[in-house]
Amino acid sequence: MEPISIEGTPKTPTVKFDAEQGIIEIKGRSIPENSIEFYKPLVDWLEDYKSDPLPKTKVNIQLEYFNTSSSKCILDVFKKLEAIHKAKNDVEINWYYEEDDEDMLEAGEDYESIIRIPFKMIEITD
Amino acid sequence: MSFNVQEYYEELSGGNVILSYKGSITTDLINNVLDTVETKLQEADEESKIRKKIYNVLVESLQNLYHHIDELPDKYKNEFNSKFGILVVSKEDASYKISVGNFIKSEKIKYLKDKIDKINSLSKEELKDMYKFILNHQKLSAKGGGGLGLVDIARKTGNKLNYMFQNFNNDYYFFNLDILITEAST
Repeated sequence: MEPISIEGTPKTPTVKFDAEQGIIEIKGRSIPENSIEFYKPLVDWLEDYKSDPLPKTKVNIQLEYFNTSSSKCILDVFKKLEAIHKAKNDVEINWYYEEDDEDMLEAGEDYESIIRIPFKMIEITD
Repeated sequence: MSFNVQEYYEELSGGNVILSYKGSITTDLINNVLDTVETKLQEADEESKIRKKIYNVLVESLQNLYHHIDELPDKYKNEFNSKFGILVVSKEDASYKISVGNFIKSEKIKYLKDKIDKINSLSKEELKDMYKFILNHQKLSAKGGGGLGLVDIARKTGNKLNYMFQNFNNDYYFFNLDILITEAST
């Protein structure tokens, strides 16, 4: 599978999806007016990866801002990961949030409670 | 007498204004506003917690406008640009106020009013549950809106959403939403 590598912009995140290393990374800001356009290729990629994943997939989500339009697409990403996890593969999810950013921590907890894979909450300190 | 948008805008712009705008709400405008406000908040040395809340609320309220503005009939197009909306960001003591306004068709008022009244009646925990329910059960519209913007704003600010519908003509009202971000929100 071809990896995905997208540079971040002021409104869209940096993305690295690598099937050979089993690494899924989304970092930065995700605040486009219409997020479906941006996330559809990512969700499609995960659908493919789901059919033959590595025994262990490491997921790093480190968002500074995301809008509600992105929040649904991010849930779609997590739902694919949930399916991989359900098929008895190891999926490690690291949810990074900046020091004191309780809203971002809470957002991670919301996702964790919906998809039922334990998240590792990691506070970034300067 | 019908509601006067210009007078209302001037009244809003009377306080300690950080940014005010009336006109077309386009993607470029949204980008400019976000950049400008982010820079001003950094210059004002505002704490990162409140800066982030203001930024988040601005994104949601501007994108709500972007997705939901109703266009007035052609006969008004000299007076109001297409996708006409207003935005005023101001500061009073320790609180920030974000006011947005747009035209809305009369028949949509009930739906919006019921939605905001419902949001305003909920506790913090209930808002969280509502957010998670919509997130998990409602599909994104073709435009990319998710029906979550107002719930998210209420959750992040911890304050009630203040709103008004002012009569413009038989078919249209002007919808104003005032959002307060206070120190207590952080």
